[in-house]
Amino acid sequence: MPGALGALSVTPVDAVGLHERAESLARRSIKSSSKQAALRLALACIDLTSLEGADTPGRVRSLCGKALRPDPSNPGLPQPAAVCVYPALVATAAASLAGTGVRVASVAGSFPAGLGPLEARLDEIRQAVSDGADEIDIVLNRSAFLSGRYGQALGELVASKEAAGGAQVKVILETGELGSYDSVRRASVLAMAAGADFIKTSTGKIGASATLPMALCMAEAIREFAETDGRTVGLKVAGGIRTAKQSWQYLVVVSETLGADWLTPRLFRIGASALLNDVLLQLDRLRFGRYVRGDKTVI
Amino acid sequence: MAQDELLGLLGRRREGDGVKANDRRLNVRKTYKMFVGGAFVRSESGRSYPVHSPDGELLARASAGSRKDVRDAVRSARGAQPGWAARSAYNRGQILYRVAEVMDSRRSEVAEEVARAVGGHAAVSEVDAAVDRWVWYAGWCDKFPQVLGGANPVAGDYFNFTVPEPVGVVGIAAPENSPLLGLVSRLAPALVSGNAAVVLSSECFPLPSVTLAEILATGDVPPGVVNVLTGRRPAMLAALAGHGEVDCLDLTGCEQTPQSGDGPEPLVEAESLAAKSVTRVVKATTAQRLWFEPSSESPYLIGEFCEYKTVWHPKGR
Amino acid sequence: MTRIAPTSPQAPAQPKEAPAQPPAAETGAPRLPAPAPGAGAQLEFGPHSYAPAPEATDLVEIAPSYGLFIDGEFVAPRSDQTITTLNPATARPLSVVPQSGPEDVDLAVAAAGKAAVSWGRAPGKVRARYLYRIARLLQERSREFAVLETLDNGKPVKESRDVDIPLAAAHFFHHAGWADKLEYAFAGAVARPVGPVGQVIPWNFPLLMAAWKLAPALAAGNTVVLKPAETTPLSALALADVLQEADLPPGVVNIITGNGITGDALVRHQGVRKVAFTGSTVVGKSIGSALAGSGKRLTLELGGKAANIVFEDAALDQVTEGIVNGIYFNQGQVCCAGSRLLVQESVAETVVAKLRRRLDTLRVGDPLDKNTDIGAVNSAAQLSKIAELVNSGVDEGAEIYQPACDLPDIGYFFRPTLFCGVSQSHRIAREEIFGPVLSVLTFRTPDEAVEKANNTAYGLSAGIWTEKGSRILWMAERMKAGVVWANTFNRFDPASPFGGYRESGYGREGGRQGMLSYVELEPAGPAGAAPAGATA
Repeated sequence: MPGALGALSVTPVDAVGLHERAESLARRSIKSSSKQAALRLALACIDLTSLEGADTPGRVRSLCGKALRPDPSNPGLPQPAAVCVYPALVATAAASLAGTGVRVASVAGSFPAGLGPLEARLDEIRQAVSDGADEIDIVLNRSAFLSGRYGQALGELVASKEAAGGAQVKVILETGELGSYDSVRRASVLAMAAGADFIKTSTGKIGASATLPMALCMAEAIREFAETDGRTVGLKVAGGIRTAKQSWQYLVVVSETLGADWLTPRLFRIGASALLNDVLLQLDRLRFGRYVRGDKTVI
Repeated sequence: MAQDELLGLLGRRREGDGVKANDRRLNVRKTYKMFVGGAFVRSESGRSYPVHSPDGELLARASAGSRKDVRDAVRSARGAQPGWAARSAYNRGQILYRVAEVMDSRRSEVAEEVARAVGGHAAVSEVDAAVDRWVWYAGWCDKFPQVLGGANPVAGDYFNFTVPEPVGVVGIAAPENSPLLGLVSRLAPALVSGNAAVVLSSECFPLPSVTLAEILATGDVPPGVVNVLTGRRPAMLAALAGHGEVDCLDLTGCEQTPQSGDGPEPLVEAESLAAKSVTRVVKATTAQRLWFEPSSESPYLIGEFCEYKTVWHPKGR
Repeated sequence: MTRIAPTSPQAPAQPKEAPAQPPAAETGAPRLPAPAPGAGAQLEFGPHSYAPAPEATDLVEIAPSYGLFIDGEFVAPRSDQTITTLNPATARPLSVVPQSGPEDVDLAVAAAGKAAVSWGRAPGKVRARYLYRIARLLQERSREFAVLETLDNGKPVKESRDVDIPLAAAHFFHHAGWADKLEYAFAGAVARPVGPVGQVIPWNFPLLMAAWKLAPALAAGNTVVLKPAETTPLSALALADVLQEADLPPGVVNIITGNGITGDALVRHQGVRKVAFTGSTVVGKSIGSALAGSGKRLTLELGGKAANIVFEDAALDQVTEGIVNGIYFNQGQVCCAGSRLLVQESVAETVVAKLRRRLDTLRVGDPLDKNTDIGAVNSAAQLSKIAELVNSGVDEGAEIYQPACDLPDIGYFFRPTLFCGVSQSHRIAREEIFGPVLSVLTFRTPDEAVEKANNTAYGLSAGIWTEKGSRILWMAERMKAGVVWANTFNRFDPASPFGGYRESGYGREGGRQGMLSYVELEPAGPAGAAPAGATA
C-alpha cells in the first residue's frame, strides 16, 4: 500500500471555489421543523469533550451525567454520541456510561503532537481500549506527512488502527498545520487508506480549528473515497464549534456533500464542549417560543 | 552630375511622364497590379480602368478588382493573420519600422507619385508624415497593451486582467482623398496589434496605394498581412462587408465614396451587410475625423481594431 | 405544440450499494445506540427537505399600473396599449405597464435631448455625486429590490439578493468615480459625451442590466432613454423612483416600457446618437441593419454558447460547482452561460458522475424561498423554447439526464438538464438555449479543446479548468471570447470589462474599456477645447 501511495496523487482543491461553495452552503436558511430536526441531530452527533490538564474524575463524572441527561426538563432529547476524555480518565467515563448507549472516546497516541515514540503511542492506545474506550482519536504524524514521509505516516496509522483492535479510530489531521487544502485532501486520503473510521479536523489545541471550508474539503475527499474504494468513512469536526447555528451549517455541508446517509452519529460527529448548551438553548426557544434563562441549563 | 541633367539624359521630366511622349524616348509605363498574398496580381476578372490625374491626364490603368478578388484577399489575410499576431511585439515593431525605412528611401519617388495622383503641392510633406506615422506606430507594438489594457481591481480573491487582442481580419476602405497618408493612418494602427488587412484603395487615386504595397513587399511585412485591391469600390465594399471572415470594417474612408447608379448608398449597404454577421464597423464620428489630421496620432485608433479579452483567475493557496 | 421534455427514464442516483455497516459492527466493538429520536430528522432535514424559508414580501409595493418615467416624472402614456407583467412562478399578473408608442418615444427622446446639454456640461464631480447617491439608495433598498426582481423575473431570491442587486449598486458606485476622472482614463484625449443614448435591455438581469447601461452613460455625461424588457419592467420603474429620490435632474434618464416595437422605435429615433443593446443575436443584427448609414454609435452584447473546458488535472470537486454555477445560475438564462461542457475524455465519466450527483441536490421551486437553487424560467415563451430544444436533443440521440425533483404545479419551471453523448453537430451544441440545459462533449488534447471551443459563431465567454498555469495562459490566449474564466465561472465585477467577440457583439461594459462605449475621444492639446464635463 505505501508503494501505491508513494506519489499520493490526489484530486487537487481550488481554495477559492471551495470557500465560495462553503459560503453558499452557510447561507442556507434553516427554519422551524428543519431547525428542530437539525438541532436534535446535532445533539445526537456531539462528542462531549473535555481535554484539560485539570480534568479530574469528578469533572468527568459530571460530564457523563450531562451526556446522559442533557436537559432534565426535556427527557425526549437524544443523548450525545460519546464523551471524549484523556486516557487516564477513560476508566472513570466507562464506569459512568456503561450500558447507557453513550460511547466512551479517548484521545491517545501522544495527543496532540503525536511525536512520542511509536511503541509508547501504540501502548497508550491499547491501554485506553482495555480501560473501556469504544473510540480512539489519534493524530496524524504531521512531521512525517509534511516532510513527505507519507509511507511512515501511513504505516503509523495502520499500526495504530491495529492497536485499537475493535475500537473505532478517528484520525485527527490537524488541518490548521497542513498549510493548504491540497494537503488536507492528501492527508484525508492517506488516513482513509490507512483504515480510519473517521477523519477529524483538529485537536482543538492549536489556534486554528474546524472551519466550514475545511469540513467541505474533507467531505469531498470522503465522498470520492466512498465512490472509488467503496468504504464509507465518517467526518468529525472539532474545535471552535460553539453555537447551534454553526452546528447546522456543518450539517448542511455534510448533507449536501455526502448525502442523507451521513446524517447520523455513525458517520458524523461534532467534538465540542460549549456547543451542547447553545443547542439546548435553541431547542428551548423552539419549544417555548422565547429564549429561556441561561442559568437554567445544567452545567 | 546634377539631378536635373541626369533626369534629362534618362528622358524623364520632373513633372509628369504620362501620355505626353517624350520626344527623345518612349517611356516604359508601369502596370499597377493589386497586391494579394504577397504577390502582385491582376484582377481575376481581367478588367482594368483608367486612372487620371486631377487635370485629366491619363496616368495609368489600374486593376478593377472583383468580388472574387475580395474573396482571395480575405482568404490570404485570414491565413496570414495568426502568424503575424504570433510574432513578438518587438518583431512587429521592427517590421513596421522597416516599412518607414523603405518608404523614406523612396521618399522623392513616392512624393512625385502622390503629386501626380492628387495634384497637391504638399506631396513631400505628406510622404514625410506617412513615414513618421509608420515610425510612430511601430513603436506602439510593444506598448499599446500597457496603455489600453491592464489589471482590474475586482472584488474577491481573483486576479483579473484585460488585454487588447487583434480583432483578426480588418477590411479598410481607404480614405478617398488622402490616398497615401490617409491610408497609412488607418492601416498602421490596424497592423500594430497583429491584424491582417484587406485594403480597398481610393477609387479615384489608387496608384499611391499600389506603390505603398510595393514598399510593404520590399520590407519584411509577411505575405498576406496587407492586401491591396483597386477598382470600383461599391461592389468590392459590399463583398468585403458581407464576408463572414472579415472581423472589423473600417468605413471611415467611405464618406466620399462615389455613388453608382441607383443602387443603395454604398455606406448604408456596407453597414447592413456587416450587421448580418455582427461585424464591427469603425465609422467616422466627428472626433475620428480629427484623428485624420496629419498632426493626430492616437493609440485609441489601435484600440479600434482590437478586441478586449478579460481573464479571471482565483488567488488561493 | 411543444411537448415538454420527458422526465429522465432513470431514477436519480441512488447510493451505489447499501450503506456500509458501521465499522464498529465489523470489528465487534459495542454497537452504536439505536438512532436517537433526533436521528429520524432526515425527514425534516436533508438535501431536499429544508422547511420552507420564504422571503418576506411586505417591503414591496407593486402598483396596479404604471406610467412612463419621462423628464423626471411618471407620466401617463400617449399610447393606450398596455402590457401585463406576470410573476413567472405563479403565472399570475403583477401589474400593467404601458406599451409605449411612437409619441411616447418622441417625448422621452426629446426630454433626453433637452437635458443633454446641461448634463454633458455639468462638472464631473457633480455627476459623480448623483451616481454615488443612486448607488447608496440601491444598497439601502436592496432587499426590496431583490424581492421585486424575484417576483417579476422568477430568479431565486438568493441570487437577486446576493448577486443582482449588490452588483447593480456596485456598478453605480464604480462608475460614479469615473465621472470626474475621464481626463485620466484616456491619456492624450478629451472625452466628450456621445449624446442622447437609447438603451434596450433584456429580462434575465433586469436591474443589473439597467445599471450596466446607465452608470457608464451617465458618468460620461450622456442622457438616456432606457427600455426594459417587456416581461420584466418593474425593477426599472422602481429604479426611476430611486432616481427621483436622488434628485437626478429631469430628463437625464427616461424609462419607457414596451415590447420590441418600442425598442425598434427608440433605436431608430433621430434624436438618439448612440444605441446600446443587450439581448439576442437575431435582434442585434436587425438593430445593426436598422442603424446602417445613420452615423449612430452602436454597442451590442448578444448571445453566447460558451465552452467550459475541463482538463483531467483540474480540481474536480470545484469544477463540479463551477459547471453547475456556469449553466444553472439564473436557470441558465445567462448569455455567458457555460452551456457546452468540454471534458477531457480521461475524466469524462468521473465528472459526469459528480455532476449527476450534484444535480440531484439542486432545489427547484419557489423563487422566494431562500433555499431555492433554481427558480422559474422567465416566461411561457422561454419555457417552450427550452423544451423545444431539449426535445431536439432527445430526438438527435443525445442521452438526457434530469433529476427526479418535484416541480411546482403552477408557473414556468424546468428541470435542470444534462445531455451526454452530444456532438458539435447537435442543435443543443450549437444554438443558444438560454435555459438550464448542459451539453457534455469530450476532447483528447488541448488543441482539440481549442478547436471545439471556438467552433461556434459566438464568442462571449469561456471557462478553463486545469491546475497547470502555463496551460491556462495558452488556452486563454486562444479562446475567441471576451471573458475567460479560469478555474472559476460567471464572475462579474464593475471594474472588469464584459463583452463578446464575433456574433456575441462588440463593445465592452465595465471598467475603463467599458467607458469607451460612451465617449467621443478628441485629441487633447491646444487645438482641443476644454473638455465638456471632463473638468471639475
